[in-house]
Amino acid sequence: MEITVVVNGRPHTRDVEPRLLLTHFLRDELSLTGTHWGCDTTTCGACTVRLDGVPVKSCTVLAVMADGARVDTVEGLATGWGEGDLDPVQQGFMTCHGLQCGFCTPGMLMTSRALLDQDPDPSPETIREAISGQICRCTGYENIVRSVRWAAEAEQAARATAASTEASGVSS
Amino acid sequence: MQVPASFAYERASSVRDALDLLRRHGPDARPIAGGHSLLPMMKLRLAEPTVLVDLGGLAELAGVAIEGTNIRFGAMTRHADVLASPVVAEHLPILVDAERVIADPLVRNRGTVGGSLCQADPSEDLSAAFSALRASVVISGTNGDRVVAVRDFHRGPYETAVAHDELVTDVLVPIRPRTGSAYAKVERRAGDWAVAAAGAVLTLDGDRIADAGIGLAAVGATHFVAVEAEESLRGAPATPASFTTAGALAAEHVRPVADQRGPVDYKRHLVEVLVTRTLTRAAARARGEA
Repeated sequence: MEITVVVNGRPHTRDVEPRLLLTHFLRDELSLTGTHWGCDTTTCGACTVRLDGVPVKSCTVLAVMADGARVDTVEGLATGWGEGDLDPVQQGFMTCHGLQCGFCTPGMLMTSRALLDQDPDPSPETIREAISGQICRCTGYENIVRSVRWAAEAEQAARATAASTEASGVSS
Repeated sequence: MQVPASFAYERASSVRDALDLLRRHGPDARPIAGGHSLLPMMKLRLAEPTVLVDLGGLAELAGVAIEGTNIRFGAMTRHADVLASPVVAEHLPILVDAERVIADPLVRNRGTVGGSLCQADPSEDLSAAFSALRASVVISGTNGDRVVAVRDFHRGPYETAVAHDELVTDVLVPIRPRTGSAYAKVERRAGDWAVAAAGAVLTLDGDRIADAGIGLAAVGATHFVAVEAEESLRGAPATPASFTTAGALAAEHVRPVADQRGPVDYKRHLVEVLVTRTLTRAAARARGEA
């Protein structure tokens, strides 16, 4: 059946079998292989994307269920190709060594981004809970938690700078 | 690669439309809510529906609200929304306890209240919690609605009172004053199914127990409840001794099976400890102490 999914802001229309999973729709139909295909059993979370803003495991969503919805994948995080164009969570993972092999990273990034959008200053406990549906076999999670904290602090600092610039602009 | 068998897909535009689709497509059609129980079963070919009727668009079935003397849960309410609900936090701490240990946050973003009950997995936490709460389930068919006590809803493992052309639309939980509740689960690792889990609901009348509900998951309790333990509490003093007695009675009457999650004796022991512990916590909450 024909479906249209808005992926990273762009509508994509494809004719798909109802049994096609969202993971495979993204990877095989749209060639967006940043979303990783891991355990196939709703366990590992490597396939996590945002569906209408909410992080979900895309191996357990049918592509047809996402018809008309907005899907955000790791490919949509950065605004460009430069290092400075990376999303703060990507910069955090880079700075704090939030990855080694990188297999879980796209899912971790999407969950972290969704968390910070809801809670700009999450405690390490809150971060651990948010990523608890995702498995990382390299980092022991410590560096992932640090990476998300780094991103939270970077975003807070950026907001503070923007606010003070705005305030000084008004006063002068 | 796990691939479900082929099926046709229909998206329901209303409850009425969903019921029409289910009737028209016959007993091999299945409604799908969050899909986090059904899709894994379809991937393993344990379920092979010929048609899926997607309830995902039925916003009318989502939400938690106080309605008269009940709290009404729409069947499409996601686990995450139960956990975030201020109504649940105020009146039904048992559901907050339970939701915190159901799968993981990503699964809770998709899985629904109605889907969990209809899956009727013997290890399912909400079935035990709603049974402890003596909730009732609203089932809609083309000939109208009927209300079934949740304790009559489950007919056996993966079997419910819902016919193939019916839908669960709501779960109703009565609001009771002077009542506290709690849930606790032992799992092998975070987000896993229970080795054993217990939920307790206590209504106090001064120092005495006016009424008690005890729900159990994963230990072979008929209809997810411990009726002998509940009976022992009714009219008894709300004391540690009563809770210990109830825990022992519950452990005596469950019928757990040995599996990779543990042997029978261990599961019985867990039932005794978890029932006693959740009763103690429920009593403290009923008194406003916790």
